[in-house]
Amino acid sequence: MSFLLASMATGGNTGVAGAFSTATYLLAAALFVLSLKWLSAPDTARRGNIAGQIGMAAAVVGALLHHNIVSYEWILIGFAIGGLIGAPMAIFMPMTAVPQRTALSHAFGALAAALVGTAHYYLFDLASHPPHPLVMLFLTLEVLLGALTFTGSLMAFGKLQDLLPTRPLTYRNQNAINFAILGAAVLCATLLIIRPQWAWLFPILLLLALAFGVLLILPIGGADMPTVISLLNSYAGLSASMMGFVLDNKLLIIAGALDGASGFILSIIMCKAMNRSFTNVLFGAFGQVQASAAEAGEKKTVRSTTPEEAAQILEAARSVIIIPGYGMAVAQAQHKVRELFDHLTRRGVEVKFAIHPVAGRMPGHMNVLLAEAEIPYDRLVEMDEINGDFPQCDVALVIGANDVVNPAARHDKSSPIYGMPILNADQARTVIAIKRSMNPGFAGIENELYTLDHTLMLFGDAKGVVGAVAKELAENGR
Amino acid sequence: MPDFGSHLYVFILAAFLGLEVIKRVSPLLHTPLMSLTNAISAISVVAAIELAGARQSALATVLGTIAVAAASTNIIGGFMITDRMLKMFRRREVKR
Repeated sequence: MSFLLASMATGGNTGVAGAFSTATYLLAAALFVLSLKWLSAPDTARRGNIAGQIGMAAAVVGALLHHNIVSYEWILIGFAIGGLIGAPMAIFMPMTAVPQRTALSHAFGALAAALVGTAHYYLFDLASHPPHPLVMLFLTLEVLLGALTFTGSLMAFGKLQDLLPTRPLTYRNQNAINFAILGAAVLCATLLIIRPQWAWLFPILLLLALAFGVLLILPIGGADMPTVISLLNSYAGLSASMMGFVLDNKLLIIAGALDGASGFILSIIMCKAMNRSFTNVLFGAFGQVQASAAEAGEKKTVRSTTPEEAAQILEAARSVIIIPGYGMAVAQAQHKVRELFDHLTRRGVEVKFAIHPVAGRMPGHMNVLLAEAEIPYDRLVEMDEINGDFPQCDVALVIGANDVVNPAARHDKSSPIYGMPILNADQARTVIAIKRSMNPGFAGIENELYTLDHTLMLFGDAKGVVGAVAKELAENGR
Repeated sequence: MPDFGSHLYVFILAAFLGLEVIKRVSPLLHTPLMSLTNAISAISVVAAIELAGARQSALATVLGTIAVAAASTNIIGGFMITDRMLKMFRRREVKR
């Protein structure tokens, strides 16, 4: 066994099969980089996905030919289970459930890394050939990141799927307890690096990491999910990268680093779009704290309207900017929005969509839903590009978005969202906001957009209301 | 012992390459980006395959098999859903 391990630890690249494995791994690494490069624009993106698939297929073939492998039945069983879970999920899952699926897939990726790390630890000949401290450093990092990302992603999945309460769960000394558990896990890891043969520490390390993952996500609320999902994405990638250090496998290092970099960039973009820091997202328990601040404002009058009146206003407009938010996803209203878009475009109204980076529950969530409804993607405009258009725009139609259009973020220093970049919907000549009720949004903050003189509220479920407006337009058209 | 010096080199270069390439990805495609990178990072399947097939210990085979299942769920599901999403992104009106 120690011979097997020694050959594994050097990647086992001996003989013709070894050279072939190395070649496939090199090809896979190159294709993964190309894959991400081609993904940068919609025209080449599908080519990028195909490059990724070829790279993965090459790497799997290379791995299957590895000389250590003596039987294939368990590998095939693993693949069969993976196919049976993965394929139906990819084919039948509605697009509105993409954030949940993503969280679940981070959990699977992290689980694989944690299990591989665990198996490798127990394969070491601890008594006579204890692993080098550096090997243990990367192995404990792999297991720590893998285990905490596994439970953390499962928690995120539970919250996104509404199996767990979406609001932040907080308790006294939460951060102190979390840090103590993380500290204990790091202590276990450190001891294992110095004394790898203290095997009793390993299960403790695993348990602490698993527990930390759960506790880390408890205080995270729905609006912070885009950042947290990105961060978990990054951890899952780093965990795979650490595995590459342990196994002396550069392909794992490269692929993991690419995934880690991607998650890292997305988390930074999400944090910037909320004007918050990583620490604030992870340890700030957004929403809970601010709920009390919302009570302060005095009641202001709200003007409400009907689908008929809204249809007339939209019909008379020359340019309309639609601002979708999580409410559109919850109501699955994207196809009704497409009908509305069709009716207005046919009348010569210029319709654009303003996409805030953190609208929805994961990066790019709104874009995918609108693309699913077959809205051409050149109509989907990013925040920085469209904000200059609002003053010339006749109607800003807000569908299920809230905090991302709250003007308080620009001027009210006491507001919890002060400084967050927003879509300047209030600068449009008329604002129509579709909302279920006057309840404040996720962050529990009063939205002054709704009480402006030129704002009309259209109360109801986004799907029903947008459908009613579209029907009205269809009838007026005849 | 593995050559950690050169590994660190590779890691840092790959991370910088990743940062440069991914910075250019249009925000339009951030969701497919995440599902694609997720499928790619399921490359840990190569290590899982070796554990599941090398018959080194019962524990290694069991953990390896579960890891193959988890990673291949991401590979198969990840690439498929990415393709399903990318197919939806169209520039202009579809003629019907």
